[in-house]
Amino acid sequence: MLKGAWEQPGGRRGLLLLAVIVIVALVGPAFLPDPASQPDLIHGALLPPGLGHLFGTDQLSRDVLSRVVHGARISLSVALLAVALSATLGCLVGMVAGYFGGWTDAVLMRLVDGALAIPRLFILLLLIAVWDHIPLAALIVVLGATGWFGTSRLVRAEVLRLREQEYVGAAVALGAQRRRIILRHLLPNALAPVLVASTLAVGDVILIEAGLSFLGLGIRPPTPSWGAMILDARSTLFTAPWTGAFPGLAIVITVVAVNLVGESLRDALDPRRL
Amino acid sequence: MSPLLEVTGLRVTFPTAAGPARAVDGISFTLDRGKTLALVGESGCGKSLTALSLLRLVPPPGVIEAGSSIRLDGKDLLALDPEPLRQVRGKRIGMVFQDPMTSLNPVFTVGDQIAEGIRAHEKVSRREAWARAVALLQEVGIPDPVTRSWSYPHQMSGGMRQRVMIAIALSCRPDLLVADEPTTALDVTVQAQILELLDRLRDERGMAVLLITHDLGIVAGRADRVAVMYAGRIVEEAPTTALFRHPTHPYTQGLFASMPRLSATRDRLVPIKGNVPPATAWPPGCRFHPRCPSAMPECVTDPPLLAVESEHTMSCWLGTTIRK
Repeated sequence: MLKGAWEQPGGRRGLLLLAVIVIVALVGPAFLPDPASQPDLIHGALLPPGLGHLFGTDQLSRDVLSRVVHGARISLSVALLAVALSATLGCLVGMVAGYFGGWTDAVLMRLVDGALAIPRLFILLLLIAVWDHIPLAALIVVLGATGWFGTSRLVRAEVLRLREQEYVGAAVALGAQRRRIILRHLLPNALAPVLVASTLAVGDVILIEAGLSFLGLGIRPPTPSWGAMILDARSTLFTAPWTGAFPGLAIVITVVAVNLVGESLRDALDPRRL
Repeated sequence: MSPLLEVTGLRVTFPTAAGPARAVDGISFTLDRGKTLALVGESGCGKSLTALSLLRLVPPPGVIEAGSSIRLDGKDLLALDPEPLRQVRGKRIGMVFQDPMTSLNPVFTVGDQIAEGIRAHEKVSRREAWARAVALLQEVGIPDPVTRSWSYPHQMSGGMRQRVMIAIALSCRPDLLVADEPTTALDVTVQAQILELLDRLRDERGMAVLLITHDLGIVAGRADRVAVMYAGRIVEEAPTTALFRHPTHPYTQGLFASMPRLSATRDRLVPIKGNVPPATAWPPGCRFHPRCPSAMPECVTDPPLLAVESEHTMSCWLGTTIRK
């Protein structure tokens, strides 16, 4: 499937870009100073980009490059885990609704309709308000738990279609158990659209997480986060624009890369699109 | 010895807006081990539904009516609970479906799918199930079965896939193989190969085959007995040779007259006039009488079942008048 995306020009660019980001996020920190260290508050603060600090330093004399790279780790892992959670939940609910049908389906889908009618950011703000200072794990769970509504509809629609496929009937005729039908015949065949939607959702979650952190509701200092860095940079935006520009650029590049991959996956997996 | 399969008074009904549609209405037949029975009839006569009933796979909202009986080795299949029923499916009765292009799961290799069938019924290791899958592929005549077991369905032709379907149906050595139009989706030369394969496997394994088809040409020389269905009922049943020598029921005669023959001197086929009535509005009495060239006043009441010869029965009023 990745091969299909690789064969699209946009997908190739996106995959390469994403690979660079992931490698930097994985190995970069080994070569960079501690993102929390404040070596010299008097003379080392707000240094412009230069040889010592490629991206400059912020008002607490911390290395911006190091914080951007560490922020990539946080942003990517939060987004990936949250999307994995929402994809799982979406598959589960969609499967149950589509396979069992009837009242189960009606109740679940009306709940999903209701949830989709409320803006996600609003639900998130309500949920996050529970905590004074939200732990990272809770943030991931909250992001994951608010992202599965669309996926569940996608999966339900696929299951409704797949249920009538002959190979499903053939499997029943051969005495396959219900669990086997669901796990082997329905789920794997329903995964393609989920994969596409989830890839695109990673970009969304990165943006939402950055937005929440910018509002001071997501990841809090000293954990480096792109959104929180931009929040910190507000006061120095005109005197030292690098403190906000680099994390902003990181968000843009990452989201563009993810969306390029997602869109090329969609084109590769959907024979109806040219 | 009692027959392997004994179907008595099978009725399948669908509730519709226009009232209940009794798509299968009182079908009875028996099938012995090592024999092939062909159910022949045109679209909508209820032959596929009869096949699905054997595995209790009638698509909802259709139901098998109370009073029907399907016995396999004397055991009533209609009384089984879900779990014992699941064990009959695939294990005692194997089924081959019409369209091999859509009957295989596209995301698994064929070896995997055959092994799945084995592991659904027998406690064997993955490796052993796979080895048996390869042996089955060999048995159904797929060249290079080891390599082919790793193929995905889309990498195979229709004939090959139908062989795979047969391998899956045979994987647990069923006593009865139900083949629902197994060759309709295939071209003619492949058809012959598949039918020969079914014959060979039946003889080697001593299983019974219920062959569902609309094509009398397929039946000749393969089936031991033929049951001709029309509008939810069996109108004539006979050993294949007897049926081909003396088709007696006007519907069977009509089928033969509408079939092209190499020896025929006439250049036009004689079709049966009219269409099959919908299942919600079966005509009273003999269901064929509105289309029957020899219809009589008696035909509006149910015709009796007559023995034409030994083992050759039909239900038509015509037989009684001839006898008089």
